[in-house]
Amino acid sequence: MNGNELLSRIAETIYWTGRYVERADDTARLIDVYIHRMLGEAGTDSGAACRALFGILGVPVAPGTELDIDVVLFRLVFEPQSPSAIAGSMLGARAGARGIREVISSEMWECLNVTAHSLAGQKRAAERLGPHVYLRYVRERSALFFGLADSTMSHDDAWRFLVLGRSLERADMTARLLLARMSAPDDLGWPVLLRACGAHESFIRTHGWAAEASRVAEFLLLDRLFPRSVVHALATAEECLAALSPGPVRAGLDDPARRPVGRLRNLLEYADPKQLTAQLPELLSTLQETCVDASEAIARRYFQYQTPVAWERDG
Amino acid sequence: MEQPLSTLGVVADIFDGYRLAEAWDEMFAAPGKPRAAYDALVSVLQPMDPAELRYRADQLARVFTDRGVTYDYAGEERAMPTDLIPRVIDAAEWDLVSQGVRQRVRVLEAFLADVYGPGRAFDDGVLPWSLVVTSGKFRREVAGITPPNNVRVHVAGIDLIRDEQGKFRVLEDNVRVPSGVSYVLENRLAMTRLFPALFSDQKIHQVDEYPARLLAALRAAAPPGAADPFVVVLTPGMHNAAYFEHTLLARLMGVELVEGRDLFCWRNRVYVHTTHGRRPVDVIYRRVDDDWLDPLHFRPESLLGCPGLVNAARRGTVTIANGIGNGVADDKLIYTYMPDLTRYYLGEEPVLDNVESYRLDDPDVLGWVLGEAGNLVLKPVDGAGGAGIVIGPRATGEELAALRAEVRANPRGWMAQRPVALSTSPVLVGQKLAPRHIDLRPFAVNDGADVWVLPGGLTRVALNEGELKVNSSLGGGSKDTWVLDRGRTAEPLETAKDKLAMAMPAAATAPELDPLIITRQAGPDQ
Repeated sequence: MNGNELLSRIAETIYWTGRYVERADDTARLIDVYIHRMLGEAGTDSGAACRALFGILGVPVAPGTELDIDVVLFRLVFEPQSPSAIAGSMLGARAGARGIREVISSEMWECLNVTAHSLAGQKRAAERLGPHVYLRYVRERSALFFGLADSTMSHDDAWRFLVLGRSLERADMTARLLLARMSAPDDLGWPVLLRACGAHESFIRTHGWAAEASRVAEFLLLDRLFPRSVVHALATAEECLAALSPGPVRAGLDDPARRPVGRLRNLLEYADPKQLTAQLPELLSTLQETCVDASEAIARRYFQYQTPVAWERDG
Repeated sequence: MEQPLSTLGVVADIFDGYRLAEAWDEMFAAPGKPRAAYDALVSVLQPMDPAELRYRADQLARVFTDRGVTYDYAGEERAMPTDLIPRVIDAAEWDLVSQGVRQRVRVLEAFLADVYGPGRAFDDGVLPWSLVVTSGKFRREVAGITPPNNVRVHVAGIDLIRDEQGKFRVLEDNVRVPSGVSYVLENRLAMTRLFPALFSDQKIHQVDEYPARLLAALRAAAPPGAADPFVVVLTPGMHNAAYFEHTLLARLMGVELVEGRDLFCWRNRVYVHTTHGRRPVDVIYRRVDDDWLDPLHFRPESLLGCPGLVNAARRGTVTIANGIGNGVADDKLIYTYMPDLTRYYLGEEPVLDNVESYRLDDPDVLGWVLGEAGNLVLKPVDGAGGAGIVIGPRATGEELAALRAEVRANPRGWMAQRPVALSTSPVLVGQKLAPRHIDLRPFAVNDGADVWVLPGGLTRVALNEGELKVNSSLGGGSKDTWVLDRGRTAEPLETAKDKLAMAMPAAATAPELDPLIITRQAGPDQ
């Protein structure tokens, strides 16, 4: 179809494949950092730290549940049924990719297929050598997947839906991390937060070790060059949406899918860095809502296809 | 035939202990005597360590799992079991096979055009019309629809077997939605990657032309007026046994893979929903059975097809490939008339014979078949995938009794054949080679101007000892199938490399890696 149009069902699947792989990657980074901190620091309240993890990932915990590392690994890492767990996201991505094999490159499909088949073996390795093996494997496979997408797939509409999914998931995840930090600053130090976003090294190169805490929020939210910052992710998402629907428009923007993303990017870009700390709670809750709105608007705009018809016989 | 093959008493080789079965062996004319076509292959295989072969076979399975080359078996994805030892067909023999297959496809086309058109053969008394209307696969809904380029059999899979004398015979015709071509493509790809040594000094016909041929045939079949025909592959979805094949063909042809829910009909035109609104479809290569294709005309509860397809086809705005109602031609009773139909439509003698078969419409024949059921093969006329077939000599008394009752009640639903010992080929079992029965399904593509036969086709293997049914739904596997080119030897690799080297400038290297520059920069310090 010359890359200009795409079956709606396929567009939806590829968008979610992008989200799931990114989610697996982000979750793996987050949990890796958390677990190593818990193991490394004597006397930390590991129960509280685990509770914070569940909170960030939006996985409900029944009150009074004892939380420890094993529960985290069981429910947030190895659980194949939950789309919030790493295994669940990867398997979800693989199941989606299986339905769009003719659209993505076969190397991308093979990457996800092999990953899904290897998870059991990686889990066994993790039980022997510690969870880091598993988490690193997931990160590497995600990087491989998106690398293959960049280098083996035409940068057409299908690719844009993939990148769009990845970008929105990334913005959402960074927002979740910042929100968690706000609600429990003592459990989540700045270095941990940065590492969980894979941003620690970039941040230090940009601002140095001595930088004050407010710089971290600024970096994760507003940095235009760091690919995991919210502004960067939103700008990428907006580019994809603009390319998906390039209408000649003289006044205003008549694209309901693009509007929430563009508005939020503007809001963030023109936020006053000096007042960022004060505005943070409001910005973050807007950010979370927008990620949900944007996903719904995209679904309404692009993923409308017939629901199966049921036939009734007369008499 | 009990003596083991052994060569000159040197180290035991992998063919030691290979005992020929009571059938035509594809590789060996006699113990230790490979057939001419297999000379080169046997000389490469012979010195190999069985453990090495086993290792490669396991790698092969691994590659298929990783690539997702699977079929759905009882709701579970399984890697198609592929045997490491190729099946070889020499050039002269292949000429005969491809000629026979092309002839067969031309007859099937003529017959279908006749059934859904004028019906000359019935007026002329070649076969009774009652046979057509009693066929479960006849679709009167498409009578009178003439496809744009008169092609109904865009793709055919003609199943051949080799009998005890080594003669190829047609076992059955498949002109509905024949599957398996993806394994031909994947087998070859995997074998060249994993076992390049096998291919040395042999010139083998390539198979990768298939997708281009198929696409050309589908485009040629488009309704007139479609300047750049929009072709889609219609799949029942991920849970279909052949889903892998559907994705592979769509990908290799560069067309969309659609499901029923992606399609809709409006004013006798078929469209797909896209991110940019609707787009009209010109050709549907459907891998959905007739029954499920159009709930308006066939099963009303079907969600796999799209209501209105038949009307659009009748209106001539869309081509459905393969044609609806083709199943009447691969009905196993019609099969018994194929030699007569060949003479009637083409005025030619059949190139490939059928397996000796018996129709049960004559009470005398029926009586004889019922008596001899224990020595015959009985097949339901509209079965696919080996379902329902009873091999008399293998059946128990109760099975035969049940069969007799069923056949007596519905003689139109059955036909009988002489049991043929399918030819055997060496298959790696554990670390040993053992003979297993095989068949051959060549694939033919008809673009309206010519029928093209994919060199080789799918060799299916019954992996259990003595088993005669090769269907993947019954635990069968497959083999890479080689058709030798007349040239036989390839250009030596070294010459080919030299030619390439002459055409290419040397690769560029980064400046740091260039020793000259390093020397120059180091200069002033010394």
